[in-house]
Amino acid sequence: MNVTQTGFHEALLDPSRPVPKGLSNGQGDPAGRRFSVYRNNVVLSLTSALETAFPAIAKLVGPENFSKVARLFLARHPPSSPLIMYYGEEFPDFLEGFEPLRRYGHLPDLARLEQARRESYHAADSTPVDIQEIQSLTPDQISESRYELAPTVRIIHSSWPIYDIWSYNIENGPEPGTRSQNVIVTRPFFDPISTPVSNATAKFAEAIQNGMKMGDAHDLATELDSDFNLSEAFGLLLRGHAIISINTGV
Amino acid sequence: MSKAMKSIAIAGAVTAALAAHTSTAVAAEKEKCFGISLAGQNDCAAGEGTTCAGTSTVDYQGNAWTLVDAGTCEGMEIEGDRMGSLTALDRDLPS
Repeated sequence: MNVTQTGFHEALLDPSRPVPKGLSNGQGDPAGRRFSVYRNNVVLSLTSALETAFPAIAKLVGPENFSKVARLFLARHPPSSPLIMYYGEEFPDFLEGFEPLRRYGHLPDLARLEQARRESYHAADSTPVDIQEIQSLTPDQISESRYELAPTVRIIHSSWPIYDIWSYNIENGPEPGTRSQNVIVTRPFFDPISTPVSNATAKFAEAIQNGMKMGDAHDLATELDSDFNLSEAFGLLLRGHAIISINTGV
Repeated sequence: MSKAMKSIAIAGAVTAALAAHTSTAVAAEKEKCFGISLAGQNDCAAGEGTTCAGTSTVDYQGNAWTLVDAGTCEGMEIEGDRMGSLTALDRDLPS
Protein backbone atom coordinates (compact mmCIF):
# COMPACT_ATOMS: atom_id res chain seq x y z
CA MET A 1 0.00 0.00 0.00
CA ASN A 2 1.31 3.44 -0.84
CA VAL A 3 0.90 6.51 1.27
CA THR A 4 -1.01 9.39 -0.33
CA GLN A 5 0.35 12.89 -0.52
CA THR A 6 -2.60 14.21 1.48
CA GLY A 7 -2.12 11.66 4.24
CA PHE A 8 1.59 12.40 4.38
CA HIS A 9 1.02 16.13 4.52
CA GLU A 10 -1.67 15.97 7.19
CA ALA A 11 0.43 13.78 9.45
CA LEU A 12 3.46 15.98 8.88
CA LEU A 13 1.99 19.02 10.58
CA ASP A 14 -0.08 17.30 13.25
CA PRO A 15 1.95 15.23 15.71
CA SER A 16 -1.22 13.75 17.19
CA ARG A 17 -1.81 11.84 13.98
CA PRO A 18 -0.22 8.45 13.55
CA VAL A 19 2.62 7.93 11.12
CA PRO A 20 1.00 7.37 7.73
CA LYS A 21 0.86 3.72 6.77
CA GLY A 22 2.76 2.46 3.76
CA LEU A 23 6.06 4.32 4.24
CA SER A 24 9.07 2.13 3.73
CA ASN A 25 12.82 2.53 3.64
CA GLY A 26 15.17 1.37 0.86
CA GLN A 27 15.06 -2.21 2.11
CA GLY A 28 11.28 -2.34 2.08
CA ASP A 29 11.00 -2.17 5.87
CA PRO A 30 8.50 0.18 7.57
CA ALA A 31 9.98 3.66 8.01
CA GLY A 32 7.92 5.04 10.86
CA ARG A 33 10.83 6.38 12.88
CA ARG A 34 12.29 8.15 9.89
CA PHE A 35 8.97 9.89 9.41
CA SER A 36 9.01 11.01 13.05
CA VAL A 37 12.47 12.50 12.60
CA TYR A 38 11.37 14.27 9.45
CA ARG A 39 8.19 15.57 11.07
CA ASN A 40 10.18 16.91 13.98
CA ASN A 41 12.63 18.70 11.67
CA VAL A 42 9.86 20.34 9.65
CA VAL A 43 8.09 21.65 12.73
CA LEU A 44 11.28 22.84 14.41
CA SER A 45 12.61 24.63 11.35
CA LEU A 46 9.32 26.42 10.68
CA THR A 47 9.08 27.37 14.36
CA SER A 48 12.57 28.76 14.23
CA ALA A 49 11.76 30.66 11.03
CA LEU A 50 8.81 32.28 12.82
CA GLU A 51 10.91 33.07 15.84
CA THR A 52 13.48 34.80 13.65
CA ALA A 53 10.73 36.63 11.79
CA PHE A 54 8.90 37.88 14.88
CA PRO A 55 11.62 38.49 17.47
CA ALA A 56 9.62 41.01 19.52
CA ILE A 57 6.63 38.66 19.80
CA ALA A 58 8.95 35.78 20.71
CA LYS A 59 10.58 37.89 23.39
CA LEU A 60 7.28 39.08 24.87
CA VAL A 61 5.58 35.70 25.13
CA GLY A 62 8.76 33.78 25.96
CA PRO A 63 10.39 30.94 24.01
CA GLU A 64 8.24 28.15 25.43
CA ASN A 65 4.92 29.88 24.75
CA PHE A 66 6.14 31.03 21.38
CA SER A 67 6.93 27.53 20.21
CA LYS A 68 3.47 26.38 21.35
CA VAL A 69 1.75 29.20 19.46
CA ALA A 70 3.97 28.63 16.43
CA ARG A 71 3.11 24.94 16.36
CA LEU A 72 -0.61 25.68 16.30
CA PHE A 73 -0.08 28.35 13.68
CA LEU A 74 2.01 26.27 11.32
CA ALA A 75 -0.42 23.36 11.47
CA ARG A 76 -3.14 25.71 10.27
CA HIS A 77 -1.02 27.83 7.94
CA PRO A 78 1.73 25.75 6.38
CA PRO A 79 4.02 27.67 3.99
CA SER A 80 2.32 28.43 0.70
CA SER A 81 5.58 29.43 -0.96
CA PRO A 82 9.08 27.94 -0.79
CA LEU A 83 10.39 31.44 0.07
CA ILE A 84 10.71 31.06 3.81
CA MET A 85 11.63 34.74 4.19
CA TYR A 86 7.96 35.58 3.63
CA TYR A 87 6.56 32.82 5.81
CA GLY A 88 4.27 34.05 8.54
CA GLU A 89 2.18 36.56 6.60
CA GLU A 90 -0.97 35.24 8.32
CA PHE A 91 0.63 35.23 11.77
CA PRO A 92 -0.67 38.67 12.89
CA ASP A 93 -4.27 37.75 12.04
CA PHE A 94 -3.81 34.39 13.68
CA LEU A 95 -2.66 36.10 16.88
CA GLU A 96 -5.67 38.37 16.77
CA GLY A 97 -8.01 35.40 16.83
CA PHE A 98 -5.97 33.42 19.35
CA GLU A 99 -8.02 33.25 22.53
CA PRO A 100 -5.25 32.54 25.09
CA LEU A 101 -3.40 35.72 24.09
CA ARG A 102 -6.45 37.94 23.80
CA ARG A 103 -5.44 39.89 26.92
CA TYR A 104 -2.32 41.05 25.13
CA GLY A 105 -4.14 43.12 22.56
CA HIS A 106 -1.00 44.80 21.27
CA LEU A 107 0.58 41.58 19.96
CA PRO A 108 -1.22 41.43 16.56
CA ASP A 109 -0.22 44.99 15.61
CA LEU A 110 3.31 44.40 16.85
CA ALA A 111 3.47 41.31 14.63
CA ARG A 112 2.15 43.45 11.73
CA LEU A 113 5.03 45.83 12.28
CA GLU A 114 7.57 42.99 12.30
CA GLN A 115 6.06 41.50 9.15
CA ALA A 116 6.05 44.94 7.48
CA ARG A 117 9.77 45.30 8.24
CA ARG A 118 10.50 41.92 6.65
CA GLU A 119 8.47 42.75 3.56
CA SER A 120 10.18 46.10 3.28
CA TYR A 121 13.59 44.48 3.61
CA HIS A 122 12.91 42.03 0.81
CA ALA A 123 10.99 44.39 -1.50
CA ALA A 124 12.53 45.32 -4.84
CA ASP A 125 15.11 48.09 -5.03
CA SER A 126 14.05 51.35 -6.66
CA THR A 127 15.60 54.71 -7.37
CA PRO A 128 14.18 57.72 -5.56
CA VAL A 129 12.93 60.60 -7.68
CA ASP A 130 15.40 63.37 -8.45
CA ILE A 131 14.82 66.28 -6.05
CA GLN A 132 15.24 68.69 -8.96
CA GLU A 133 12.26 67.12 -10.68
CA ILE A 134 10.06 68.18 -7.75
CA GLN A 135 11.74 71.58 -7.58
CA SER A 136 10.91 72.22 -11.22
CA LEU A 137 7.15 71.84 -10.64
CA THR A 138 4.82 74.82 -10.30
CA PRO A 139 2.78 75.09 -7.06
CA ASP A 140 -0.32 73.89 -8.93
CA GLN A 141 1.55 70.93 -10.36
CA ILE A 142 2.79 69.95 -6.90
CA SER A 143 -0.79 69.84 -5.62
CA GLU A 144 -2.24 68.16 -8.68
CA SER A 145 0.40 65.43 -9.05
CA ARG A 146 0.34 61.84 -7.90
CA TYR A 147 3.48 60.44 -6.30
CA GLU A 148 4.39 56.81 -6.76
CA LEU A 149 5.82 55.27 -3.60
CA ALA A 150 8.59 52.66 -3.48
CA PRO A 151 7.59 49.00 -2.96
CA THR A 152 9.53 49.17 0.32
CA VAL A 153 6.98 51.46 1.99
CA ARG A 154 4.63 49.98 4.58
CA ILE A 155 2.08 51.82 6.73
CA ILE A 156 0.68 50.34 9.91
CA HIS A 157 -2.21 51.77 11.89
CA SER A 158 -2.53 50.84 15.51
CA SER A 159 -4.27 51.89 18.68
CA TRP A 160 -1.26 50.69 20.70
CA PRO A 161 2.17 52.27 21.23
CA ILE A 162 3.64 49.66 18.87
CA TYR A 163 6.71 51.60 17.83
CA ASP A 164 7.72 52.08 21.47
CA ILE A 165 7.06 48.45 22.31
CA TRP A 166 9.06 47.27 19.32
CA SER A 167 11.93 49.64 19.98
CA TYR A 168 12.02 48.79 23.70
CA ASN A 169 12.27 45.09 22.96
CA ILE A 170 14.48 45.12 19.89
CA GLU A 171 16.77 48.14 20.14
CA ASN A 172 16.81 48.81 23.87
CA GLY A 173 14.69 51.91 23.28
CA PRO A 174 13.10 53.88 26.14
CA GLU A 175 10.20 52.41 28.06
CA PRO A 176 6.95 52.46 26.04
CA GLY A 177 4.51 55.30 26.61
CA THR A 178 0.75 54.92 26.53
CA ARG A 179 -0.13 56.91 23.39
CA SER A 180 -1.17 54.95 20.34
CA GLN A 181 1.25 55.02 17.44
CA ASN A 182 1.07 54.45 13.72
CA VAL A 183 4.25 53.50 11.95
CA ILE A 184 5.64 54.17 8.49
CA VAL A 185 8.35 51.75 7.38
CA THR A 186 10.75 52.97 4.70
CA ARG A 187 14.00 51.55 3.38
CA PRO A 188 16.28 54.32 2.15
CA PHE A 189 19.28 52.00 1.76
CA PHE A 190 19.68 48.43 2.96
CA ASP A 191 17.77 48.31 6.22
CA PRO A 192 14.15 49.20 6.96
CA ILE A 193 13.54 52.21 9.16
CA SER A 194 10.42 52.48 11.32
CA THR A 195 9.12 55.92 12.19
CA PRO A 196 6.22 56.53 14.59
CA VAL A 197 3.74 59.00 13.07
CA SER A 198 0.41 60.62 13.86
CA ASN A 199 -2.80 59.17 12.51
CA ALA A 200 -3.06 62.04 10.02
CA THR A 201 0.45 61.44 8.69
CA ALA A 202 -0.25 57.72 8.30
CA LYS A 203 -3.50 58.47 6.45
CA PHE A 204 -1.70 60.99 4.26
CA ALA A 205 1.01 58.51 3.29
CA GLU A 206 -1.59 55.86 2.64
CA ALA A 207 -3.57 58.22 0.40
CA ILE A 208 -0.41 59.05 -1.58
CA GLN A 209 0.40 55.35 -1.80
CA ASN A 210 -3.07 54.71 -3.20
CA GLY A 211 -2.51 57.29 -5.92
CA MET A 212 -4.35 60.29 -4.48
CA LYS A 213 -3.19 63.73 -5.59
CA MET A 214 -1.02 65.63 -3.12
CA GLY A 215 -3.63 68.37 -2.65
CA ASP A 216 -6.43 65.91 -1.88
CA ALA A 217 -4.25 63.84 0.44
CA HIS A 218 -3.32 67.04 2.26
CA ASP A 219 -7.01 68.01 2.62
CA LEU A 220 -7.84 64.59 3.99
CA ALA A 221 -5.07 64.71 6.58
CA THR A 222 -5.87 68.27 7.62
CA GLU A 223 -9.52 67.40 8.13
CA LEU A 224 -8.49 64.58 10.47
CA ASP A 225 -6.08 66.72 12.39
CA SER A 226 -5.66 70.47 12.02
CA ASP A 227 -2.08 70.12 13.30
CA PHE A 228 -1.09 67.91 10.36
CA ASN A 229 2.38 68.98 9.21
CA LEU A 230 2.81 68.40 5.47
CA SER A 231 6.43 69.46 5.47
CA GLU A 232 7.28 66.86 8.09
CA ALA A 233 5.27 64.10 6.42
CA PHE A 234 6.73 64.80 2.99
CA GLY A 235 10.22 65.07 4.50
CA LEU A 236 9.79 61.62 6.03
CA LEU A 237 8.97 60.18 2.60
CA LEU A 238 11.94 61.95 1.02
CA ARG A 239 14.38 60.76 3.69
CA GLY A 240 13.03 57.24 3.31
CA HIS A 241 13.69 57.34 -0.47
CA ALA A 242 10.02 56.52 -0.71
CA ILE A 243 9.01 58.67 -3.69
CA ILE A 244 10.09 57.07 -6.94
CA SER A 245 8.12 58.89 -9.62
CA ILE A 246 5.79 61.81 -10.15
CA ASN A 247 2.80 61.77 -12.40
CA THR A 248 1.73 65.30 -13.27
CA GLY A 249 -0.87 64.16 -15.82
CA VAL A 250 -4.54 64.78 -15.01
CA MET B 1 -8.84 79.22 1.31
CA SER B 2 -8.87 79.61 -2.49
CA LYS B 3 -7.44 76.84 -4.63
CA ALA B 4 -4.47 78.95 -5.69
CA MET B 5 -3.69 79.89 -2.08
CA LYS B 6 -3.89 76.27 -1.08
CA SER B 7 -1.51 75.21 -3.84
CA ILE B 8 0.97 77.81 -2.70
CA ALA B 9 0.71 76.66 0.91
CA ILE B 10 1.26 73.04 -0.15
CA ALA B 11 4.15 73.96 -2.43
CA GLY B 12 5.69 75.94 0.42
CA ALA B 13 5.56 72.94 2.74
CA VAL B 14 6.99 70.67 0.06
CA THR B 15 9.78 73.10 -0.74
CA ALA B 16 10.67 73.35 2.95
CA ALA B 17 10.89 69.55 3.11
CA LEU B 18 13.11 69.50 0.01
CA ALA B 19 15.44 72.12 1.46
CA ALA B 20 15.78 70.21 4.74
CA HIS B 21 16.35 67.01 2.78
CA THR B 22 19.12 68.21 0.48
CA SER B 23 21.14 69.50 3.41
CA THR B 24 21.12 66.15 5.23
CA ALA B 25 20.95 63.60 2.41
CA VAL B 26 24.64 63.19 1.64
CA ALA B 27 25.77 62.09 5.07
CA ALA B 28 23.39 59.15 5.21
CA GLU B 29 24.64 57.15 2.20
CA LYS B 30 26.18 53.81 3.05
CA GLU B 31 28.05 51.19 1.09
CA LYS B 32 28.87 47.55 1.67
CA CYS B 33 32.54 47.09 2.43
CA PHE B 34 34.09 43.64 2.19
CA GLY B 35 37.08 42.34 4.06
CA ILE B 36 37.08 44.73 7.00
CA SER B 37 34.88 43.11 9.68
CA LEU B 38 36.28 41.44 12.75
CA ALA B 39 35.16 37.85 13.25
CA GLY B 40 31.53 37.71 14.33
CA GLN B 41 30.88 41.39 13.61
CA ASN B 42 29.82 41.43 9.96
CA ASP B 43 26.48 42.86 8.84
CA CYS B 44 24.02 40.58 7.18
CA ALA B 45 23.68 39.78 3.50
CA ALA B 46 20.10 38.61 3.74
CA GLY B 47 19.07 40.76 6.68
CA GLU B 48 15.85 41.06 8.64
CA GLY B 49 14.44 37.66 9.43
CA THR B 50 17.65 35.79 8.73
CA THR B 51 20.67 35.09 10.87
CA CYS B 52 23.79 35.76 8.84
CA ALA B 53 24.82 38.94 10.69
CA GLY B 54 27.70 38.13 12.99
CA THR B 55 28.45 34.80 11.32
CA SER B 56 31.91 35.55 9.94
CA THR B 57 34.49 33.37 11.62
CA VAL B 58 37.82 35.00 10.82
CA ASP B 59 38.97 38.60 11.14
CA TYR B 60 38.71 40.61 7.92
CA GLN B 61 36.94 37.72 6.18
CA GLY B 62 36.91 38.54 2.46
CA ASN B 63 33.31 37.56 1.73
CA ALA B 64 31.77 39.23 4.80
CA TRP B 65 30.84 42.89 4.76
CA THR B 66 29.97 45.78 7.02
CA LEU B 67 28.02 48.91 6.07
CA VAL B 68 30.24 51.99 6.12
CA ASP B 69 29.78 55.62 5.06
CA ALA B 70 29.78 55.83 1.28
CA GLY B 71 33.14 56.62 -0.24
CA THR B 72 35.20 55.44 2.73
CA CYS B 73 35.42 51.71 2.01
CA GLU B 74 38.18 51.55 -0.57
CA GLY B 75 40.40 53.84 1.46
CA MET B 76 40.31 51.56 4.50
CA GLU B 77 43.62 49.98 5.35
CA ILE B 78 43.93 47.15 7.78
CA GLU B 79 47.01 45.44 9.11
CA GLY B 80 49.08 43.46 6.64
CA ASP B 81 48.57 45.78 3.65
CA ARG B 82 44.99 44.68 3.20
CA MET B 83 42.29 47.05 1.96
CA GLY B 84 38.50 47.21 2.08
CA SER B 85 36.71 46.34 -1.15
CA LEU B 86 33.29 47.02 -2.66
CA THR B 87 33.15 43.47 -4.01
CA ALA B 88 33.73 40.16 -2.24
CA LEU B 89 37.39 39.13 -1.90
CA ASP B 90 38.94 35.67 -1.93
CA ARG B 91 41.39 36.41 0.86
CA ASP B 92 40.90 35.45 4.51
CA LEU B 93 38.19 32.87 3.90
CA PRO B 94 37.41 30.43 6.70
CA SER B 95 39.12 27.12 6.02
